[in-house]
Amino acid sequence: MLPTINLAELQSSLIAFAPELVLCGGIIILLLLRMLPSLERVHLGYFSLFIVVAALVVSWIEWVNGEYDTRPVFAGMVTADALTVYMRLLLLGFTALVVVLTLLTNLPEREDSCDFHVLLLGGTLGMLLMCSATHLLMVYIAVEMASLPSYALAGFLKLRRQSSEAALKYVVYGGAASGVMLYGISLLAGRFGTGYLPEVAAGFAVAMQQGPVDAALLVGLLMIVIGLAFKLSAVPFHFWCPDVFEGAAAEVAGFLSVASKGAAVALTGRFTLALVGGLPNEWATYDMWQRVALYLGPTLALLAAITTTFGNLAAYAQTNLKRLLAYSTIAHAGYMLMALATLTREGLDAALFYLIAYLFMNLGAFAVVAFLRDLAGTEDLSGYSGMIQRAPVLTVTLAVFLLSLVGLPPLMGYMVKFQIFAALWKAYQDFNNIGLLVLLVIGLLNTVISLFYYVRVLKVMILDPAPGEAGPVRAPPGQIIFVTLLAAVVTVGIVAWDPLALHGSGRAVSQFRPIKPSGQPPTASAPAAAVTAR
Amino acid sequence: MNEIDLWIMTGVIFTPAVFALLLLLPIFGKGREELMRYTALVGTFITLLLTILLFIDFLGMMDQFLPTGHVEKTHLGYRMDQAAVQDAEARKPYDRDLTARVRWIERFNIDYALGVDGISMALLLLTALLSFLALIASWNIEHNLKGYLILYLILETGMLGTFLALDFFLFYIFWEVMLLPMYFLIGIWGGPRREYAAIKFFLYTLLGSVFILIAILGFYFKDLTTFEEHLKNEMTQAKAAADAAQAGPNDPLRRQAEAAELEWKAVHALVAREKTSAEAPVNTFDIFLLHKLGRESSKLLARVDEAERNFAKALEATGTDAADEVRQAREAVDAARAAVEKNKDWLFSRDFQMVMFLLLFIGFAIKVPMVPFHTWLPDAHVEAPTPISMILAGVLLKMGGYGILRIAYPICPLAAYELAWYLGLFGVISIVYGAFAAMAQTDFKKLVAYSSVSHMGYVILGIAVWTTLDRSSFWSWGMNGAMYQMLAHGISSAGMFFMVGVIYDRAHHRDLNRFGGLNNAMPVYSALSAVIFFAALGLPGLCGFVGEFFTILGTWNFSMVFAVLAALTVVITAAYILWTLQRVYLGSNPAYEGYPDINARELLVAIPLVILAVVMGVYPSLILYWMEPSVTGLVRSLASIFGS
Repeated sequence: MLPTINLAELQSSLIAFAPELVLCGGIIILLLLRMLPSLERVHLGYFSLFIVVAALVVSWIEWVNGEYDTRPVFAGMVTADALTVYMRLLLLGFTALVVVLTLLTNLPEREDSCDFHVLLLGGTLGMLLMCSATHLLMVYIAVEMASLPSYALAGFLKLRRQSSEAALKYVVYGGAASGVMLYGISLLAGRFGTGYLPEVAAGFAVAMQQGPVDAALLVGLLMIVIGLAFKLSAVPFHFWCPDVFEGAAAEVAGFLSVASKGAAVALTGRFTLALVGGLPNEWATYDMWQRVALYLGPTLALLAAITTTFGNLAAYAQTNLKRLLAYSTIAHAGYMLMALATLTREGLDAALFYLIAYLFMNLGAFAVVAFLRDLAGTEDLSGYSGMIQRAPVLTVTLAVFLLSLVGLPPLMGYMVKFQIFAALWKAYQDFNNIGLLVLLVIGLLNTVISLFYYVRVLKVMILDPAPGEAGPVRAPPGQIIFVTLLAAVVTVGIVAWDPLALHGSGRAVSQFRPIKPSGQPPTASAPAAAVTAR
Repeated sequence: MNEIDLWIMTGVIFTPAVFALLLLLPIFGKGREELMRYTALVGTFITLLLTILLFIDFLGMMDQFLPTGHVEKTHLGYRMDQAAVQDAEARKPYDRDLTARVRWIERFNIDYALGVDGISMALLLLTALLSFLALIASWNIEHNLKGYLILYLILETGMLGTFLALDFFLFYIFWEVMLLPMYFLIGIWGGPRREYAAIKFFLYTLLGSVFILIAILGFYFKDLTTFEEHLKNEMTQAKAAADAAQAGPNDPLRRQAEAAELEWKAVHALVAREKTSAEAPVNTFDIFLLHKLGRESSKLLARVDEAERNFAKALEATGTDAADEVRQAREAVDAARAAVEKNKDWLFSRDFQMVMFLLLFIGFAIKVPMVPFHTWLPDAHVEAPTPISMILAGVLLKMGGYGILRIAYPICPLAAYELAWYLGLFGVISIVYGAFAAMAQTDFKKLVAYSSVSHMGYVILGIAVWTTLDRSSFWSWGMNGAMYQMLAHGISSAGMFFMVGVIYDRAHHRDLNRFGGLNNAMPVYSALSAVIFFAALGLPGLCGFVGEFFTILGTWNFSMVFAVLAALTVVITAAYILWTLQRVYLGSNPAYEGYPDINARELLVAIPLVILAVVMGVYPSLILYWMEPSVTGLVRSLASIFGS
């Protein structure tokens, strides 16, 4: 049964939905602009940049004025809470940077610019919806809406076989994964008669209280997790990722690696935290958490451990730089999943915080790859030997991004990784769960393993001699400035740790309560009473 | 916040980094190599001057307190406490106490906390001096000079920051900052197997750092909320004891009570600052707060042990568990256990300490390096260019010793106490193994590298020889010996690597068996080398002797076997060094005739090292005067934990 909505609610909903509306309007105008013959000579990238920045400004105003709350929007299909607004800022800011990057590399030719930017903005819109969805149906629609433009973007290099192959693989995997997810959603929604997340969570709580858990519920939950894992490119649902990244243009790969994963992280966090929390009594919430965490925690933890380890090990064997970065993004999805596997507010906080640094360092790495592709004509690692002599600035900035991906202080990658590890330790200590400590150790060892392949890239580019005939390559100043600014952010970002964590990710998760209440638990019957009272 | 010492210390750390940024300016283009060199040299020189300025301040502070017998006021922990109390009372801070604390990351209670005492001051001076000298030794680097200088200066910032940081998080960041420049400095400007050596160094140290990071997290998540209460109880008891004994103002009991009061006030101020809400836990990265936690935890645990021993004794003496003294003893056991249970939020339990200590110790021992974690060192040293070998041996190895002294031992005293024998054993193994391995080498640099393993073994041994309070003067000898050995090794090993570098520049090989007769061609060089090598050998009158002698003296009372082994190894050391001198400098070899003697620039590096080697050997009090109070203070505070 779908909810109904009255006019006043519609009005407030539209206001809360403003940044998405700006994007929608922009997309429509972009499509219409193409009809005008007089605009054929204009590159539409600038217009698309304008739209994204406009949406960004609207979100920024919402964020600064604190115009967000947990009230349902559009009768509970989506919400515009702090988490949503935070993700809007992150994703729109990131998209703006990607648009700038495509302008710098001139990726879509002028005549293709409309298609490309419509797809880019459409994908962003879907990802924004993923971050705000509070209804299972909306979750599905948002995931699809984010995926479809991504498929097309992956195949955008029309004349390259690899690109088309990548797109096809992406579609096939994506279709299968979303089918599984839809089936899982129908199991849950069918069982509880609603898809509204808080109601699903309440239903789950009652079901959990009533003893042996319904197998259909667990299967449904697992299927939804599989759908999310596909978007996160968690092992073993990652097979599309290296192929797509290798086949697609580096700019698109950079976009997918951050935006798509970021949205998936936010969605996974919202879904899992909604499922475990939200009961009125805090001890009841804790009780609920313990029951759900029994199933969901180990699943996510296992997924995280395998994803990180596999991603890092597989990256070692790669010779194509984009493929290597693809495995690196898989590993990073694993780190974020580690934080989410704690199923706590701190965990989500750490994962959201991670996205900030991940955005800059990953975009930077892909940007350098894109620039070097144009300059050196290859994406193969062997073609980059001695690059320090040929393109010093690009090489040094790439070194900064890669070392930040390793997580070496004082770079930004370290501070976000630290927060994840801190969240893991805190959860281990709070819940006395040795599994989380093991996960922490796996994460730390992975940091050491990952050093191998990141440094191997640097070794080739910096330590190995340049081939004799290769002269210096000259990057346009715009590109130099772009990567230098990104590298500067990654380098001095640690100074901004406090504001980012306290007023950024910390604010985004402030609506969720800490899982473990302080003090002593009440008598044994109280949690059950609190749940049934609902 | 208008603190002069904050700015001096910050200046010491970041001057090299600022000069590294300066070198990025476009005026340092191609063809301006000489200008770049001089700019970098000025950077290290200013750093050296600032360090000396800091040293003068430090001496002033020592002179203020030492003659009046207030040694404890020179201790860094005391000054940090005082500063915390004064901050809380919003009194004007005493800006010459050589400590500074500025809030950095509120979310994790991380401070930009710096401070100096005798231990760190000595190492700071060594670092600043060697960085300056090694830069002069870098004059013949041609390839990619700008990159070299920038990385070199960043490395210096990392080293100085590590010795000054008093916040564990800040310490870790500086510790890690050193890794990367080192990787590139070895990997780009090193010898033929440089890439292998560089990545090996990187991996070993990163693995060690990961261990340290786990420990950092473990300590951080202890909840300090009730610690303040515990300290208050301790203070009340100390005061009561002092009152009962009617102690005068200079009586040790009264002083203890006063110290306990200051500590409580400081912790009270720090906890109050971090406490955001009633339920929120209080966590810390403050190294000296962690010292207090470790000490109090170990005291509580030691009390349980002692009560249990007394109980067992009483039970044995009376043969029945009904007697009065047995009952009392049992109550004492229960009380001691209850105290542990009551403070479990912040207490570092025995198992926790063991695990954390091992993590920290391995992390630092890799850097020292201690056998069996030493295998990165011969590769790194051999492949690194001469100035970087000097820095590696002279400064980086000392980081490990410093970390053990400053962090691993005081934070986990119980574990250190219980593992003391094994640590000493590994120290001795390093000494003996390193010496024999050095003897077997034919590569000149490798020989020096293994001699470093051997000499750093004395540092581990000297630190490890834990004794009880009444005999703490022996441990104090060991610890002072270890510190002195670090300084002496910093001078002599840097000197040896430089001397090897000088001859390598001329002969382009390092094969010991192909040298010979250098004395004929290069008399000045040979004479200076001889002094440096004799200093490393531990010849009385030169710097190496003092540290080794102190260490062995301290060890004698810990384990005679260890002392004998350590002393006997001196003979092995003498053997390989004399044999080396003979093979390289004596005899005659026509291949080396006509080699130019050491030039002015090289003399500029060698002479200060030689002078220091002699002065430190002849007049150790010059350093011990201001270093010893800090070291002995550390020893006494640790030794007092486990009674007499």
